[in-house]
Amino acid sequence: MEKREVIDKDRDFLAEKAKMIRRETVRLADICGSGHYGSSFSIAELLVVLYYRLLHVRPSEPQWPDRDRFTMGKGHAAIALYPVLADLGFFPKSDLDSYTRLGSPLGDHPDMCKVKGTDFSSGSIGHNLSVSVGMALGLSLHRSPARVVCMMGDGEQTEGQVWEAAISAAHYELGNLVGIVDINKVGSDGQTREIMNTQPLADKWRSFGWHVIELRNGHDLDQVFSCLNEALNGEQRQPSVVLAETVAGKGVSFMEGTWEWHLGFLGPGDLEKAYSEIEKGIT
Amino acid sequence: MNPIHQPSGTSDPASWDMTGSLRLSRQLTTGRVLVELAEEGNDDLVVLTADLGGPTQVKVFGEQFPDRYFNFGIAERNMIGAAAGLATTGWKPVISNYSFFLALMGIENIRNDICYPNLPVRMVGTHSGIAMGFYGTSHHCNEDIGALRCLANLTLTAPCDGNAIESALRQTMDHEGPLYFRVGRGREATVYEEPPPWEIGGSNVLREGKDATVLAVGNLVKAGIDAHDLLAEEGIRLKVVDCYSIRPLDRRRILEEAKAHALLFTAEEHNVTGGFGTAVGDTLAEAGTGTRLVKIGMPDQYSILGPPTHLYRHYGLDGEGLAGNIRKHLNS
Repeated sequence: MEKREVIDKDRDFLAEKAKMIRRETVRLADICGSGHYGSSFSIAELLVVLYYRLLHVRPSEPQWPDRDRFTMGKGHAAIALYPVLADLGFFPKSDLDSYTRLGSPLGDHPDMCKVKGTDFSSGSIGHNLSVSVGMALGLSLHRSPARVVCMMGDGEQTEGQVWEAAISAAHYELGNLVGIVDINKVGSDGQTREIMNTQPLADKWRSFGWHVIELRNGHDLDQVFSCLNEALNGEQRQPSVVLAETVAGKGVSFMEGTWEWHLGFLGPGDLEKAYSEIEKGIT
Repeated sequence: MNPIHQPSGTSDPASWDMTGSLRLSRQLTTGRVLVELAEEGNDDLVVLTADLGGPTQVKVFGEQFPDRYFNFGIAERNMIGAAAGLATTGWKPVISNYSFFLALMGIENIRNDICYPNLPVRMVGTHSGIAMGFYGTSHHCNEDIGALRCLANLTLTAPCDGNAIESALRQTMDHEGPLYFRVGRGREATVYEEPPPWEIGGSNVLREGKDATVLAVGNLVKAGIDAHDLLAEEGIRLKVVDCYSIRPLDRRRILEEAKAHALLFTAEEHNVTGGFGTAVGDTLAEAGTGTRLVKIGMPDQYSILGPPTHLYRHYGLDGEGLAGNIRKHLNS
């Protein structure tokens, strides 16, 4: 892994950006009439640390060949990514207002041909680690310093293709590839351990030849930075995976830890309650 | 079997191994052509396969350009995704694999990872149709045209021999979207003595004839030529068109032939339900030509087992079978 400069941002700045993600997720879901709240709130801190501290991207030059890539295996959390891309200047913030409306570039799942800053389209779970393997191979062939980060869900770990990709990434010694598993413990049918248990994930990834980093609290900005920085800028030569323990729906009390808020909608009364809790920040 | 390679440790000329077997697949020119293209300065070509670099004849590219050759093992879906990822970083990936695993297993990845983002990935699906004979239904591919024909952004063509593969790869090097080349197992008879004219949406008239026209793809092009010769002995003049471009079709040619004949024949090594003939039928119906269409191909069932040539005879997909079918319809 080639080290790249770390961007210095203080904790308050990052906490405010995480609030922005949750606030905008609620607002955009309100425009749409439905939203993946749970799995977007669980990755808010991960996204913030990636985009404001670690990933090298150029909003004025979205196709910059040496940009770090970010792909979403769990594309249903794109609603959390769009506000970050708009905030960074990839597209006007006003574009967010069209979220999911007729002809909008911004759908429930990201489209790389329509949304600047989106490195790959997704929606079909289990594809994007393979795509990221190809990106990492391609960048390595170009001798580019760019890294590739793929955000997956813990439910996604049941997809066989993830493990095909894991085998090939280790085989090709893709030190420029980082996987993140958002272990928020829920899927659309319930608790992931009850639907199909994928633990112990650390043992699995380690046995597949990956450098495993266990992130105990995926909402603690310092821990998140420490783990992601090790994954992106560490000395290891093999691909790295960050196993991030998170809480589905983190930041809104009645959503936290529930699978029911994987997808849902907040009526006007509850909307204000959610906004109010988000403004208080997470504990 | 006429061995051209004596396996190590054997002395009986009748003995053969993978290497000897593969040398019989002379029409699978993909690897040779890709090496030539790379040597000519196409520095962005990368080749991918899923443990089938030998049988699909692209191993030679890996020997010449090891840094640009990726064997993903038996993990087709991962390979397709990785090809898409490589394409996003400026490479021009070419996948070479058995068609039944590439197109039929991989269709959801082809759709979501390659066609939806409209990436310049080339796919060469080999051993299509019933070319794998007695290996059985899992190794037959009579559904790929039907499946791939409705993927937006995809260009689907069927080079019928080694020279056609060369033209297909060369003439589409600048194409910016996804391409699928449907080819055989490599033991087909030669149709073209040299790389033929080739363009997306084109076709080649190989034999002229005023009495009937057969629009053929893949192996059925050679069968069409053989049928032309057989019918000529009876005074029936059969026109043979290699309709190598399946999506998009050569609409102009099809409508011209419909104007010339009240009865048109299509011929393909594919299920007649949803295949090339169906695409021609759509074209005729949309234009309102009123032409009667006879779709010659595999019946809507899974093939019985047997050596490929025996199967072609059994299903009437060789020259004699095609001639008989056409004769019957012209006389009815």
